[in-house]
Parts: sequence; structure tokens; C-alpha cells
Amino acid sequence: MVVKRSDGRKAHDLRPMKAKVGVVPNADGSAMFSFGNTVAIAAVYGPRQLHPQHMQDPTTGILRCQYDLLSFSVSDRKKPGPSRRSQEISKVTEWALLPVVDLKSFPNTVVDVQIYILQADAGTRTAGINAAALALAHAGIPMKDLVCSVALGKLDKDIVVDLDKDEEDFEGGEGPTDFAIAKVANGDEFTLLQLDGKIQPDKVKEVIKIVGEVSKQIYDVQKKALKEAVEEQ
Amino acid sequence: MRNEINEAHEADTYEGYSDDSSKKRKIVVPGETIVSGEDYLPGDGARREGENVVASRFGLAEEAGRVVRVIPIFGAFVPRRGNVVIGRVIDITFYGWLVDMDSASSGFLPIEESPRFINKNEMDQFLSIGDVVAAKIWSVKAKGNDLTLKGKGLGKLEGGFIFRIIPSRVPRVIGREGSMISLIKEKTGCNITVGQNGWIWVKGASIDAEIRARKAIEFVAEKVHVSGLTEKVEAWFGKN
Repeated sequence: MVVKRSDGRKAHDLRPMKAKVGVVPNADGSAMFSFGNTVAIAAVYGPRQLHPQHMQDPTTGILRCQYDLLSFSVSDRKKPGPSRRSQEISKVTEWALLPVVDLKSFPNTVVDVQIYILQADAGTRTAGINAAALALAHAGIPMKDLVCSVALGKLDKDIVVDLDKDEEDFEGGEGPTDFAIAKVANGDEFTLLQLDGKIQPDKVKEVIKIVGEVSKQIYDVQKKALKEAVEEQ
Repeated sequence: MRNEINEAHEADTYEGYSDDSSKKRKIVVPGETIVSGEDYLPGDGARREGENVVASRFGLAEEAGRVVRVIPIFGAFVPRRGNVVIGRVIDITFYGWLVDMDSASSGFLPIEESPRFINKNEMDQFLSIGDVVAAKIWSVKAKGNDLTLKGKGLGKLEGGFIFRIIPSRVPRVIGREGSMISLIKEKTGCNITVGQNGWIWVKGASIDAEIRARKAIEFVAEKVHVSGLTEKVEAWFGKN
């Protein structure tokens, strides 16, 4: 069975991406990143003094991420404030970004990353990670690379890239599969692998290969956004 | 003149920015390959990965001979010894003043480092909470920085106003051996102190002159990747 995608995309097509750097003037670094109808903004503050003091690390600065859906981002109003889900995503976002940032030269400090989803249409954590990577670079934090993130899934047996909400809830055939992945842009390191649903082990290899290809497109969008932030001045 | 900046210690922070067109510059993002080949050496903000020299931060890549480095254009202030900063007094302790210098670590100004004798019971008469000072960092330690007021142009700032620019753009505003800031001072007649933390204090004869100086400085701070900036600023003064 070959399932057609509702917006007419091919299996390995991403939704149209948009990225902009410098969207929050009061932050040290900020960025917006969108996959189709999913829109995320990220703001970075710091390095700044870390309180409470017992969290301070005299050998390195720490990274602290906060992810949340804004109450109007989904069709049923989301109750504002942290939830089990947002805490989990905050933590995995932090782990996805930590391997690329280098905070060794800022001991006892914290870099705060705040990610807010303005519009949710599946793939919010991946859009959030893409925005956060841009915002960290914009804040001038030493980084060895950018991070590109995308969710893959299955429509019955076919692997499709960058699911929207309808595809994420796909109930036909083998059932819903949502596989969020983050990758270091110019390396072979994967910093996030989160699977909801079922997938065959040999298909995971295929997924990893596809991510390697589509992440180049994401990286190009991120690169362009950063360069435009300087050039338009 | 009081509050005139000491040009000597600005010169060493300058070097990143020159209008020398023989140096190639381009904007790079983290992880981007700047140049390939064994001949190049990675400098600040760059590293070697096999054949390539790769950027480790977002900024302007510059090739100066064999050395390739990335000049930051965004980012927080990292205190260094000898930097002149502008900060605000946030607390008075038994031994001195605590100064917020808009960075991750605060500054401490010991009572002995004030330019004249201060009675310990009357410390707030010299500097009280909320006062703004131009001070020099004379030591950087893990748990904070020590400041001094002994030096030309340092001390409490009175009158005029303060605004902020991105700290990484300060060398550009000062210019080679202070050329840019002297041009702005000369054209506007204002007294200007530039802190390495991005705080700038302007005091002039009239509010209009002060605003003009501020606009000129913001113009310079925005033009990150433009070469031949001095001429452009002169042209800007012709128009504004």
C-alpha cells in the first residue's frame, strides 16, 4: 500500500522551512525556525551568573533549556506552565545541544535557552532544536557545529520525512510511528533519537541514512539565516 | 580632561579590526570550513579537522598570512585584565564597593583602589548604590574581578547618559589606536567613555550633541563587515 501525503509532498520532502535570526531584541541571541505550520522561537541569555549557587560548576558553564507550547499554539487551549511533556522535551533538547556547545571558558555560569512554540503542527521539538542551535550561534557561544533536527515516520510501510499532525496520528497499516532525530550538521554524531511507535530494525538504518541527506537542506536554511543577520545591517 | 579614555590600553584590544583590504574576510557559521590545506594555522575561534580549518563560532573569518581566525560579532563580555569597564555600584561592603559590570562575574572595587583617602564610615559619600563608575580591571579571578579607579579617566560618571552596544563591537567603535572614537569626539564635541563591556557614557554641551554622538556610535556598531568605515562615518557626519 502506498499512502499519499495530504499536502502532495514526496516521501523524502521536508515542509517549507523558514528561519530568521535576531527576533528577540532583548535576548543575547535569538532565532525563529519553522517547518510548514510548526513555528518555534528560541532566545538565549548568557553566559550569566548561575543561581542557586550549588548548581554552579567551577570547571565549566552549564546549559539550561526550557521548552514550552504557548497556550494558543494548539487547537485546544494548552494550560500554561510546565508539564510532564514539556519537562521531558526541555531535557532532551538540552542533551541534543550539549555536545556542540563549549562552555569551558565560562566557569560557574549558565546559558539559558528558552524555546517557545508559537504554532504546533507536529515536529515541535525538532523545530525547537533547530531554532535553539541558531540562537546559540547568534549569542556568540563557542560551538563546534550546528545541530539539525527532523522527525521521520512511517505511513504504513513507507518512510516519510517531516510528519505533520495528520501523518503523526496515521492509524492505517502498521500504525503511527514518529522518530525525532537530531544530528551534528557536519559530523556523523546523532544527539537525539526518540521513537514513538514501531519500526523494523533494518528500517532504522534507512532512516539514519535519509536524515543524513535531508539535514543538509536544514543546515543550508540555518546557514543562510545566520549570514543574513549580518548582511542586512 | 577628566574621563578621557586612556588610549594606551585600547590599542591592544583593537587588533581584530582593520580596514586593511589585503585581509580576506567572510561570515562563517559554526562547523563551516573556512579554508582547506595544510598551510593554514587555526587561530582564535577556529580549529583544524583533517585537511580543513573549521570555524568554532559564528563571526567573521579572517586570514592574516597563514593564521585563520574568527572574530566574534555577537556575544557577552568576558572580562580581561586591563579592560576599562563602566558599571553600576550595587552594594557597599566593609572593604569596598560591589560593581555590576553587565557580565557573568561581578567586579569588586576595594577601598584602597579609590584615588583618594576615603573614611570607611563615609563610603557612600564617594560612591553610593546606583552610581555609575568607569573602572579598570586589574585582576581576573575565578570568583570575581578586582577593579581600580587609579588611572586616567577613571572615576564616578556624572551627567550625560549611558547606553549599551554589543560588547564584541567595542573594538570597532574605538578604532585603530582610538581613531574612530576620536573622530566622533571631534565631530560632536562630546566627552565619551567606552567600556569594554559595551556600556558607553556620553556627555556633551547639549542633549542634541549627545544624541548625535550616540547615533554615530550605533552606526559604527551596526556596520560589522564593512571596510573603510572611517570614510563612511565622515560621510555620515556630513549628512546628519
